[in-house]
Amino acid sequence: MFDVAVIGGGVIGGAILRKLSSYNLKICLLEKGNDVCVGQSKANSGIVHAGFDASVGTLKAKFNVLGNAMMPKYARELGVKYENNGSLVVAFSDEEMITLGELKERGIRNGVQGLEIIDQAKLRELEPNISPNAVGALLAKTGGIICPYELTIASIGNAMDNGATLFTNFEVDKINAGDSFEIYSANGQKVQSKIVVNCAGYGSQKVANLIGDYSFTIGGRRGEYILLDRESGGFAKHTLFFTPTKKGKGILISPTVDGNLLLGPTADEVDFNNTDTTQIGLQSVIDKANEMCVGVPTYNVITSFAGVRAYCDKHDFIIEESNVKNGFINCVGIESPGLTSAPAIAEYVVDEIISKRITLTKNPNFNGVRKPDYFFSKLTVEEKNEIIKKDPSYGRIVCRCERITEGEIVRALTQNPRATDIDGVKRRTRAGMGRCQGGFCQPYVADLIAKVNGVTIDKVTKNGKGSEIVVGETK
Amino acid sequence: MKVYDVVIIGGGPAGLAAAVSAYDSGAESVLILERDDVLGGILNQCIHNGFGLTRFKESMTGPEYADRFIKEVRKRNIEVKLKTTVLDLCEDKTVTAINEREGVFFVRGKAVILAMGCRERSRGALNVAGTRVAGVYSAGTAQKYVNVKGFLPGKNVVILGSGDIGLIMARRMTLEGAKVHAVCEIMPHSSGLKRNIVQCLNDFDIPLYLNHTITRIDGDARVTGVQISKVDQNKKPILGSEFYIPCDTVLFSVGLIPENELSKNAGVELSPKTKGAVVYQNRETSISGIFACGNVLQVHDLVDFVSEEAELAGKSASEYARRGDREKDCVNCIAKDKITYVLPQKIDKNQSGNVTLFFRANGVYKNCRVVVENDGQEVLSLKKRVVVPGEMERVILTEKIIKALNGDLTLKIVE
Amino acid sequence: MKKVNLTCIECPIGCDITVEIDGEKVLSVQGNACQRGKLYVSNEVVCPVRVLTTTVKTQNGKMLPVKSNKPIKKADIFVAMEKINGVVAKTPIKIGERVIADIFDGVDIIACADVE
Repeated sequence: MFDVAVIGGGVIGGAILRKLSSYNLKICLLEKGNDVCVGQSKANSGIVHAGFDASVGTLKAKFNVLGNAMMPKYARELGVKYENNGSLVVAFSDEEMITLGELKERGIRNGVQGLEIIDQAKLRELEPNISPNAVGALLAKTGGIICPYELTIASIGNAMDNGATLFTNFEVDKINAGDSFEIYSANGQKVQSKIVVNCAGYGSQKVANLIGDYSFTIGGRRGEYILLDRESGGFAKHTLFFTPTKKGKGILISPTVDGNLLLGPTADEVDFNNTDTTQIGLQSVIDKANEMCVGVPTYNVITSFAGVRAYCDKHDFIIEESNVKNGFINCVGIESPGLTSAPAIAEYVVDEIISKRITLTKNPNFNGVRKPDYFFSKLTVEEKNEIIKKDPSYGRIVCRCERITEGEIVRALTQNPRATDIDGVKRRTRAGMGRCQGGFCQPYVADLIAKVNGVTIDKVTKNGKGSEIVVGETK
Repeated sequence: MKVYDVVIIGGGPAGLAAAVSAYDSGAESVLILERDDVLGGILNQCIHNGFGLTRFKESMTGPEYADRFIKEVRKRNIEVKLKTTVLDLCEDKTVTAINEREGVFFVRGKAVILAMGCRERSRGALNVAGTRVAGVYSAGTAQKYVNVKGFLPGKNVVILGSGDIGLIMARRMTLEGAKVHAVCEIMPHSSGLKRNIVQCLNDFDIPLYLNHTITRIDGDARVTGVQISKVDQNKKPILGSEFYIPCDTVLFSVGLIPENELSKNAGVELSPKTKGAVVYQNRETSISGIFACGNVLQVHDLVDFVSEEAELAGKSASEYARRGDREKDCVNCIAKDKITYVLPQKIDKNQSGNVTLFFRANGVYKNCRVVVENDGQEVLSLKKRVVVPGEMERVILTEKIIKALNGDLTLKIVE
Repeated sequence: MKKVNLTCIECPIGCDITVEIDGEKVLSVQGNACQRGKLYVSNEVVCPVRVLTTTVKTQNGKMLPVKSNKPIKKADIFVAMEKINGVVAKTPIKIGERVIADIFDGVDIIACADVE
């Protein structure tokens, strides 16, 4: 019997799991995918928002501002790359300049520090590639960037290091709610827990329905992105937003913490978890990017992808115990700024909601520090050589584009949460994330996965059952 | 830090030939740095034949061709470091490399030869819409799985791009029991060699769709099918022309890109056309003492020409190591009408000997002339029955022409 | 009598060759740049042949690239593949060594690389 079962291995589930692991509790994470972080937490903008966007008084506003303040320390403890690059909301007309004034006002009321309206000259100085049609901007100094899957994986890994149990391929199919919860997966696994936290993202409505909670509806909004080579990473220094209009927020242009340039997302309603990219969508991203900046280096595209943001019909986060059943906590509708809010939501859920149902005592052995998965290339020559002396496999480069070593890949395959497939290795180590997109290193990575798990290459998958990378031996 | 006469980055066909040539031209210490655990580079997975016809007057497979050069390297006192990746190259020709035995280490070359080869353009670079599922590979990756690892990536295949690797893989996968349903080429002509259309596609009744591209990839965990569309003159898909092919595998053979990240970091000037270094006729780059050859310089159709170019670079590097930098008297070679690029981009009039200009046409032209002009005068004209973008062409300028050059030289095709 | 247009596959030039044949008899060959082209089309119109290149599994698990040391009939290629796929080559093996003797009409399958 677990004290708490968290459903959904995304950034929210991960943050809650980690917070729970700082207490003396028996906890587990139920993830439907073959790996953690395979839903919207892996395919979003990776922005640490300042907090001027959300309406005053909403949970979004509250947790955004709190989360923004917590993020630098949170990321540092978990060995996750975070950069306080600042955001710019760019105006293209006098009318939009007025909107920026309103945004700034709203930000101040939300408690955001460091907001400043800047003129065209200052904007051009900050971002030389900005369109000449841009007339000014709202500078948010507390805006930042982070790698969302790195953050999620690190939170979950750290929680596991502190005693949490992970169940993958656990798609919650049935819940018997009595004194405790009996949770069944579609493939026959069963877990029993006193408390359940529903962080199932796009699937959270379905999970809530299993205990008879029909209080909210989840919709999906697909966002398509284009990623550019690191050579173009310096094209923009800040995260550049369009001024929000009635038609929506438009796309953003942002550097990433790994030095790439990100364009996107689009926003269109989808009626299932459809992460296909579309010709029209990708073209619109490029068109919008060219409105924002001059000379967007689209020749340097290395990949495109899409994520589905689960949003709720209440248009705010729902973070509360279900009215239907005590001990069942919904953490749903966590769309943007969910990533930024994650650390603050986790504290609130554990310390304010779960604490009312179960006595929390500090885990004396809790260690909130986790070593990063991606680290080797950042070391000095001396540090590298010390590691190679102990483990020569760190001297063998597997991914030439991102310069990832065999040692790092084996480490990702063996430490919490263990990568088990090609995409899992990629998200942890960046092997395959570079300009050749795994063309050279994938067979090598597949070999390592096979070797560590004691199987042949034809058992290795891209991202779980049915995605085997080869169909069989030729002979 | 150990100093070598010539340090060669890459032990594929270019690096091997450059090493042998540098050694034979008098370089006393030659080092090859190779990231793989064997020499030979991409030739090891190119198990098909057709290599060596120009050079050895026989049709060899890739591994056989590589073996000839590997044996030549082994016969000589050429140092080889395998499983060694070069991390950085500086303008002063210091090379930072890493391997399991030595960790991160530094060597310097009096001369350095860039022979890193190229990589394939990926699906991502084309922005093809659809899911990101298993079963999508670049042709070279599939080739590695099939020929080196012995595993079949899929059973029902559609190939985008008619580059040679794609054509070769169409045949290869067919031989190993897969069904190749189509090869789609966005251009009105194939980008591969004609012989490969015949022996890789026609032999097995594999249809080639010119002016077609893949506009969507479907699938949940693995590819289940592709949507193919006809394209107009501007390569834009024509609405309503779509048709669908169920398949479990999509291979991309859509071009090769020289791997010049090290060159860029060192400050070597690159050509936006070739994506390789700008070089003189001796294959010296904009940084004196750094040379480039093979597919890192320009993507070749034939390995025979890679070897030829590498030998030139090897000899030049060896001379440089011995004699140091010499003053240049430089003219530019400029690609004009109907020509994509000319290489070398610069001619140093102080160097002796004939100069071969390599170039590619930007379209298919029949019964045309290749014209070299200088100072408003035609200095050379060459009749061609046909030129196509997929095949590299050459014209030879004699030393006499070179010495008489006055200002930049242009090359064009006249129909 | 009929005319057949073929693209020569002997070398990368890929000559477009026109052959005039009467039944199996070659009357004339035009468009070839060399003698290999003539031989190629003369075979091609009667009985097309190809050098087969593929791989063989070896004892140590590695794949060994192999080829037929002479061209085999195009029609026999898949039969040859089946035979080759049923063989495990002994190691070590040197380049040029025979892997399968006389797979068809005196044609051998030989190793194209050294495997230890």
